Amino acid sequence: MKRVAIIDSGGANIASLQYAFSRLGVANELTSDATTIRESSHVVLPGVGAAENAMQRLTDARLTDVIRALRQPVLGVCLGMQLLCEGSEEADVECLGIVPGIARRLPIEPGFPVPNMGWCATEIRSAHTLLAGIDNNSFFYYLHSYALQVSGHTVATAKHTAPFSALISHNNFAAAQFHPERSSVAGARLLSNFVGEKA
Amino acid sequence: MFYDITASPDGRTVDRSWVAGVASVLDIPFCVAGGIRSVADAEDVLNKGADKISVNTPALANPDLVDMLARRFGSQCIVVGVDSRVEDGDYRVYQLTGDPEKTASAKRLTTDWIIEVQRRGAGEIVLNCMNQDGVRQGYDIDQLLVARSSCSVPLIASGGAGEMQHFADVFDTTRVDGALAASVFHSAEIEIGALKRYLAERHISMRI
Repeated sequence: MKRVAIIDSGGANIASLQYAFSRLGVANELTSDATTIRESSHVVLPGVGAAENAMQRLTDARLTDVIRALRQPVLGVCLGMQLLCEGSEEADVECLGIVPGIARRLPIEPGFPVPNMGWCATEIRSAHTLLAGIDNNSFFYYLHSYALQVSGHTVATAKHTAPFSALISHNNFAAAQFHPERSSVAGARLLSNFVGEKA
Repeated sequence: MFYDITASPDGRTVDRSWVAGVASVLDIPFCVAGGIRSVADAEDVLNKGADKISVNTPALANPDLVDMLARRFGSQCIVVGVDSRVEDGDYRVYQLTGDPEKTASAKRLTTDWIIEVQRRGAGEIVLNCMNQDGVRQGYDIDQLLVARSSCSVPLIASGGAGEMQHFADVFDTTRVDGALAASVFHSAEIEIGALKRYLAERHISMRI
C-alpha cells in the first residue's frame, strides 16, 4: 500500500505538503520515527528554514543514517534538496552527502533579488518519470536563497543570474528546488508522478 | 496574501483554524499577516500551512523580531509589510494602520526602515503606499522607484491598482517583483485570468 512518510525536519512548509498529498488521495504522515520512515513506500524530506537547524534536528532524531539507507523513492523539497547534498554555504553546514554538490548562495545583482521568489519557467534537461506529462518550461513556484549548480545529476533547470538545478536525480533520490505542493497543476502532477514510482 | 489588519490594533493574532482551512484547499503560495509578535506565533501559523508570514506593526515595536524569525525559519519566509506615505517631503512609516483611529507615525523614514529590515533578515518587502491606497489611481511609481533602489530582496507594490494598465505600468517602470491588489479583485472589476493574459501579451513574465 502506498504511504508517504514526510520527515519532520522542523521546517515550516510541512502542512502544505501534507495537504497536497491528501488532495491526491494519498495516505501520508508527518513523522520522525525511523521505523515508520523505513516502512513507508515513499519518503519526502521537506524543509523551509535554516540548513543548520534542520540538520541538527535530523541528527538529534538519529535519522541521518536512516535516510542514507533508504531504498524506496525519496523526494527532497527546497531545503530538503540541500539537506540531501554534501553541504551548504549557509553557515558552512555539512549535510547528508547522498547527492554530490554543495548549495551555493545566489548572487545578488541588480534586477535579480535574493531570495529568488516566485514562478519560474523550468526547463527540462532530460526525461525523468517525475516530469511525465509536464510541459517543458512549465512554471513552478520557487522560494530560496541557495541553489545547486547544474551538474550531471540535473534533470531540470531554472534561471536566476545563471541557470541552477531545479530538479536533480540520483539513484532512488530526487530533489526539487521549487515547491511542488505550491505549484498548482504542474506541481500536483509531479507529486502524483512521485507516488506512482515503484520502490 | 491574507491580512488580518485589525489584529495588531486589537491586540490579537490571526485566527489559526482559518489558516489551516485555507491552506488545505490552496495549491499556490499563501502568506499570512496579522499580529504575529513572536517566534512561537510564527511557528504556529507556518505549521498550519502558511508558506510565509508577514510582520508590520510588531516589527516596528520590536525590530529584533525580524532577526529572530529569519534565524529560525530562514529569510525566504519572512515578509515585512511597510505602510508608508509622504509627510514633510519624506516618505515615512506608519503603524497600526488597520484601525484609522490608532494609525500613527512610526517615527522612521521609509528608506531607513527598508534597509534595516533587510539587514535584519527580511526576505521580502511589501510596500503599501498609503497615499494611493484605496483610490485606484495607479501605483505610487515615484515611491516604488525610491524603494527599489534600496531593496535587494523581492519588492511587492501595494496600493492604488484600479485598472489593468496600472499593473503593466508598475512592472514596466519600477522593476518590482510583484503587484498586490485586493479590492479590484474582490469586486470583480478586474478578472485575474484576464489580467494575467493582458500582462503576458505585454511581455511581462507570467504563469498563465
